[in-house]
Amino acid sequence: MDAQARIKETVSTNPVVLYMKGNPKFPQCGFSNLATQILDACQAKYVSVDVLQDQEVREGIKQFANWPTIPQLYIKGEFVGGSDIMRAMYESGELQVMLDAAK
Amino acid sequence: MLSAQQLEAYITQNLACEYIKVLGDDGTHFESVIVSNDFVGKSMVQQHQLVYSALGDRMRSEIHALSMKTYTPEQWKKQSA
Repeated sequence: MDAQARIKETVSTNPVVLYMKGNPKFPQCGFSNLATQILDACQAKYVSVDVLQDQEVREGIKQFANWPTIPQLYIKGEFVGGSDIMRAMYESGELQVMLDAAK
Repeated sequence: MLSAQQLEAYITQNLACEYIKVLGDDGTHFESVIVSNDFVGKSMVQQHQLVYSALGDRMRSEIHALSMKTYTPEQWKKQSA
């Protein structure tokens, strides 16, 4: 399976997926760290994918959503945004609503 | 080293902005506020994608991170009022 197909499978079989650098215990980038903190604040259950462990996914995820940076959040298979958008949607309460609906 | 001013120029070359301010002095991490008429009617994801596409390949090579706050001119008026 190529990277695009693997990403597609991951985001469609898990309700909430965060592509990040490092893992939630040891994020390797400030923006990925912020993303995990926001999801934790929402008490979300999510699957995380460490792009540093997989070069194909690291490059492939940028094409998948036409989005050049990491982290990237997917809810119910749909790209939600990077850390700026996650923060804005967290502050507006919109993210909590989406996460609750995905449970 | 890429400066915030250069980055501003790269964006405005390809995206008409009513207002733009880019900050950052380490050459790879930047923060920005961007106001454009082209953002009207678009989702936040689409607004950020417009800025990313204005930067093209530079986003892959030169720039590690560009934090953005995007506004339509109308939102910006409310924001700064």
